[in-house]
Amino acid sequence: MKVKVISRSTDEFTRERSQDLQRVYHNYDPNLRPQEKAVEYVRALTAAKLEKIFARPFIGALDGHRDGISCMAKNPNYLKGFFSGSMDGDIRLWDIANRRTVCQYSGHQGAVRGLTVSTDGRILVSCGTDCTVKLWNVPVATLTDSDDSTDNSSEPLAVYVWKNSFWAVDHQWEGDLFATAGAQVDIWNHNRSQPINSFQWGTDTVISVRFNPAESNVLATTASDRSITLYDLRMSSPARKVIMRTKSNSISWNPMEPMNFTAANEDCNCYSYDSRKLDEAKCVHMGHESAVMDIDYSPTGREFVTGSYDRTIRIFQYNGGRSREIYHTKRMQRVFCVKFSCDASYVISGSDDTNLRLWKAKASEQLGVLHPREQRKHAYHEAVKNRYKHLPEIKRIVRHRHLPKPIYKAASLRRTMMEAERRKAERRKAHSAPGSIVTEPVRKRRIIKEVE
Amino acid sequence: VRETVRDVVFLHNELFFAAAQKKYPYIYNRDGTELHCLKEHGAVLKLQFLRNHFLLVSINKFGQLRYQDVTMGEIVGNFRTGLGRTDVMRVNPFNGVVSLGHSGGTVTMWKPTTAAPLIKMLCHQGPVSALAFHPNGHLMATSGKECKIKIWDLRKYEVLQTLPGHAKTLDFSQKGLLAVGTGSFVQILGDFSGSHNYSRYMGNSMVKGYQIGKVSFRPYEDVLGIGHSMGWSSILVPGSGEPNFDSWVANPFETSKQRREKEVRSLLDKLPPETIMLNPSKIGTVREAKKKEKPTKQEREAEMEAAVEAVKGFVWKNKTKGRNKPSKKAKKKQELVAKAKRPFLDQQLKGEQSLSTKKQKLSEEVELPASLQRFARKKPTA
Repeated sequence: MKVKVISRSTDEFTRERSQDLQRVYHNYDPNLRPQEKAVEYVRALTAAKLEKIFARPFIGALDGHRDGISCMAKNPNYLKGFFSGSMDGDIRLWDIANRRTVCQYSGHQGAVRGLTVSTDGRILVSCGTDCTVKLWNVPVATLTDSDDSTDNSSEPLAVYVWKNSFWAVDHQWEGDLFATAGAQVDIWNHNRSQPINSFQWGTDTVISVRFNPAESNVLATTASDRSITLYDLRMSSPARKVIMRTKSNSISWNPMEPMNFTAANEDCNCYSYDSRKLDEAKCVHMGHESAVMDIDYSPTGREFVTGSYDRTIRIFQYNGGRSREIYHTKRMQRVFCVKFSCDASYVISGSDDTNLRLWKAKASEQLGVLHPREQRKHAYHEAVKNRYKHLPEIKRIVRHRHLPKPIYKAASLRRTMMEAERRKAERRKAHSAPGSIVTEPVRKRRIIKEVE
Repeated sequence: VRETVRDVVFLHNELFFAAAQKKYPYIYNRDGTELHCLKEHGAVLKLQFLRNHFLLVSINKFGQLRYQDVTMGEIVGNFRTGLGRTDVMRVNPFNGVVSLGHSGGTVTMWKPTTAAPLIKMLCHQGPVSALAFHPNGHLMATSGKECKIKIWDLRKYEVLQTLPGHAKTLDFSQKGLLAVGTGSFVQILGDFSGSHNYSRYMGNSMVKGYQIGKVSFRPYEDVLGIGHSMGWSSILVPGSGEPNFDSWVANPFETSKQRREKEVRSLLDKLPPETIMLNPSKIGTVREAKKKEKPTKQEREAEMEAAVEAVKGFVWKNKTKGRNKPSKKAKKKQELVAKAKRPFLDQQLKGEQSLSTKKQKLSEEVELPASLQRFARKKPTA
């Protein structure tokens, strides 16, 4: 009588030679895997702890400047090259990978206030408090990394002197024009020694200027009369202005959603606006304890980095009210400028203590070329951590960041003050006639008015 | 070993096994070297191993249930069942709870973090003689000495089927076949219509005189192993094993390298004992907002016991200069235990008092005759 029973022959299930791969068989029946959720939870907990163990964001400091760094520029065509300008007029081109100076441009008498690179990456434009705009030649990157750091200082291509000191400069993303900010906004061409066009609205100095990445004729500026103004080069007068309660130090356009920009404000928040609808902020990003000095978007358009006067750098999600990450070091003093690298993996900050610092954008990222197994493991850890990140133990580990004491104290003080204000406002509302007091959302509260 | 061994169980690998010998359980290596002698367990009747949690569970002659973590060796839980000596213990593979069958016909289920059983069900009218769990966690088969075998649904805690027959041992296979062993006869029951109606599939009688001790299905094969008074034998049962194994879960053709890797990975995924619960899919879900009910008497007792246990684990500082008298220590201990119990007893008293006052109030309203109603104490206006 024939009976059908399980019979497995060893040849099918074991390998023939030791060079062969081991055979793997799958059966996805959940009955074979009891307590799956508990196992996943334990793995999520381990993944969160591992992430904290490997979170070492600081890569290195670039030393060389002799005075605080006031501005930075990134080269759109060359990942490794970053320019930085300092308060004593020294401009340097850095090779980020080797962390050394490639080229040094001296010539500015006063502080260098703005740096920008032309579209093709060949010309560097700098402006400063000595009322000059200088154009420099950027050395073409050689294929072989020259290890001998040629500190060759070159002569500027052109020097244009104008009536007032400049505060910022920015180049069009596609085009030949650049704009400087000073007493008014001037539009220059590379070859002309005088601005071809000039815009002014009001009598206050314009502090910063930024061109839109998609529309090459639209630019946004901030001024010291607490306003953010939008200009279109094709029109003869400024387009739109929104006045806030405190002045904005810097603006950055979102490269993936070019109608949105985020402004770094003096009142420790960053406000994201849709440039078509300026009467209400899209999102308010809170977190810093002191004025936010500079802001830059990542090329993915999903994150931005801000540097503030309170000696920290924070990385925010583009739609997140709270920061995802905070970086700080004892040696890093007031941060004046930050830039996200063009491959979205590094953040560079220039601060008052004459150093440029290089950080990882994702603190626990493993740099270098990863084996596909490693990539899959990292992806699995991310996925399982995101699945259980709302549970209390895991949330506590993922959210935890060490803050330096002065910042921690400042943050708790601010929190008590805000809580007290909020409670008082609530009570006033509760004790008045219903409908007489209308609470304005925070997004609207800081805007005074919008002007056409 | 030359002494009675009551139970043997493999730990996470084939390298280690634990044997419950006459006085204490011991842990041995594959070669037979004795690795550990577990003195805290006492004279153990049955041992079980929880794979994902690395817990060794034992029940001893005095009815004490002990959970020990075999990775670090610490005793995770130690409970007096209070229901006397039992030698029927089984682990439910689906959710990791341990169930004991007692001589009163009750089956209790335990987890390592509470001192009271999770579930107590009255299964049989006589003592429970054997217990087995289906791998999917929904079915449980119990047999009592009153000649009945019952199949229970664990989600509703209801009997699905009652079969007549004795059973000294029960075991479910991976595919759901139930092996019943009595005397020298093994019956294998299966449900073929999928409706949980177990009917006879196969029977095997051995030589008369052999007393069957334990039956156990082999995991990925169609083989049933029978342990009896003259030794050990195995029979083929077609359709009882899982034909497709998953290499990441259990690989019958493991090499030693794979076994080592698997051991390390399973240690990394070791579950903490708090994750054992009746419904394991509740982890990660939203906890229902429980209405603040008064804790039942059982829960209160359990809480009290837990508080007392916590106090008893207190470590005493050795005082010097003649202040370390044992009588003082004993008095202090008693005081602490009384202090721990006090809030629970106060609650009890309060509850009883409120009950008695309520009773008084009700009775007062009834007593007064009609003419004196206007002198009755007015009820407070709502």
